Amino acid sequence: MLMKGSFQHLSLRVYGAAAIVLCVIVLALFAPLIAPYGESQIVSGMWESPSRDYLLGTDSLGRDMLSRIIYGARNTGGIAVMATLLAFVFGVSSGFLSVVAGRVVDNIVGRIFDIVLSAPTLIVALFSLTMFGTGTLVLILVIGITEGARIYRVARATAIDIDVKDFVLVARLRGESVRYLILKELLPNAFVPLMAEFGLRFCFVLLFISTLSFLGLGLQPPTADWGSMVRDNADAIGFGIFTPLVPAAAIAALTISINVIMDWFVSNYGVARNEA
Amino acid sequence: MYLIRMAGQRIAAGVLTLLVISALLFFSIEALPGDPARAVLGQTATPETIAAFRKEAGLDRPVLVRYGDWLASFVAGDLGRSLASRRDISGLIGDRLFNTLILAAVTALFAVPLSIILGVASAVWRGTLLDRLISTVSLAAISVPEFFIGYILLAIVAVQLNLLPSISSVHGGMSLAQWVPVLVLPCLTMAMAVSAHMIRMTRAALVDVMSSSFIEMARLKGLSNLRIVFRHALPNAVSPICSVVFLNIAYLIVGVVVVEVVFVYPGLGQLLVDSVAKRDFPVVQATCLIFATANIALNIISDILGAASNPRSVGR
Repeated sequence: MLMKGSFQHLSLRVYGAAAIVLCVIVLALFAPLIAPYGESQIVSGMWESPSRDYLLGTDSLGRDMLSRIIYGARNTGGIAVMATLLAFVFGVSSGFLSVVAGRVVDNIVGRIFDIVLSAPTLIVALFSLTMFGTGTLVLILVIGITEGARIYRVARATAIDIDVKDFVLVARLRGESVRYLILKELLPNAFVPLMAEFGLRFCFVLLFISTLSFLGLGLQPPTADWGSMVRDNADAIGFGIFTPLVPAAAIAALTISINVIMDWFVSNYGVARNEA
Repeated sequence: MYLIRMAGQRIAAGVLTLLVISALLFFSIEALPGDPARAVLGQTATPETIAAFRKEAGLDRPVLVRYGDWLASFVAGDLGRSLASRRDISGLIGDRLFNTLILAAVTALFAVPLSIILGVASAVWRGTLLDRLISTVSLAAISVPEFFIGYILLAIVAVQLNLLPSISSVHGGMSLAQWVPVLVLPCLTMAMAVSAHMIRMTRAALVDVMSSSFIEMARLKGLSNLRIVFRHALPNAVSPICSVVFLNIAYLIVGVVVVEVVFVYPGLGQLLVDSVAKRDFPVVQATCLIFATANIALNIISDILGAASNPRSVGR
């Protein structure tokens, strides 16, 4: 029902962006079918230049770059989706709970998140990774909590706006439970602003995971990942081989596309976009 | 008067936050299972050597006493010893902190004025080709990983054109002429990311002011566009722009981590990343606390400057 009559506003820019996002999704879902070689299969010598067999050449261990980029879409994208979802479940539920469950809960939850947000996200993440060691689960949890703290603020602000409406008051007077208020009253009405936030947060998470992987602290080898692929092959740039930039360009293309789509979404549904 | 009280409150809150962070940094490492003595000495260590190590490192004292000691010596500038290299952390950090500060300061020095000029320009000539160009480029710069910008610059300037060194080797007693080629690429990379944020936020702040009714009034009086911007709008946008600038400098301090790794620049960020990989807790604790302190301090400055340039907001 939301989409009605809005397709004529789609510009070429948005179509292009949607095509890129769609393409990444297809690559991620069907990676083993599309990739010409295996994820960690060593096929040739190190840093072979692009040829008919290896369209983007090979990497520092002689693995096919193109195949690893395709698998990277699955790994990097998949983990970014999971971390963003976790951050959302976490941030939105605590944000709504803060509004619905009264001042005491609001204060406690608020102060905890204030502390999480008082230090830079990268520093919090690096410290947590030192404590628990690098690993996919730790990575998802750390991002879920730090990004969740930011989503908490948005979700709380959105919920406060809805909470003052009459229909919420009516539901309260009917004696509905906190669970009912959150699921049936707040969530459906906060859907559009939260969707816009989801796109932006996903970009952040994707950039963040790539950054951590680039620093050697994200996804661990031999898992193909866009960030660590740049790290592993960065030395090749010094020899004038530029294929290591392709995974970085893939990250850039995906985040820019999502941003373009979100801009279109926001301007069509009049949701205030918050710069963060 | 209000301002001094407000500043005092912010600083007190900042110190309190730092205390909480330092306690978290200390006790979360403390709560980890596993014995640091064994981690350092390895699995083959005898109970006697472990006991001796614990005594030497002061690990046999109560945890609260050790926290107090750690904090006191931290404030006094003694940061303890690295687990991995057994070296004094103050010595490890000293030069690197200086290198990082140089990098951040030089970047801020040219990125801040440039971003404010571009932000104001795109707000003044809103909707023109210039505005759209700045908006597109800055959106792209925000959406792209920093290491991508870094390597593209490196590939073009250092490798293809061979103008600058691709690795930033820094050593003691370098002259100014030696610093310049080392700093150009890292600073440029950081400036791209930070400026993009600053330009967009400066523009937004100014556009917000430009929609007020007193600007409409000035326009109806027949004042020129430039006069409206510089005499009427800009003074009222100083407060938000101040906070934008300091927020982004805070961001810049953390942003150095990635850029230092790209250009192999021997700074604090590189040390932090290496220590995380080695799980060298004391070094990570120390560097994290330094980064957190810088972040909180800059946020406080941003708050105070914002309040000072907009007296009305202080009463609230």
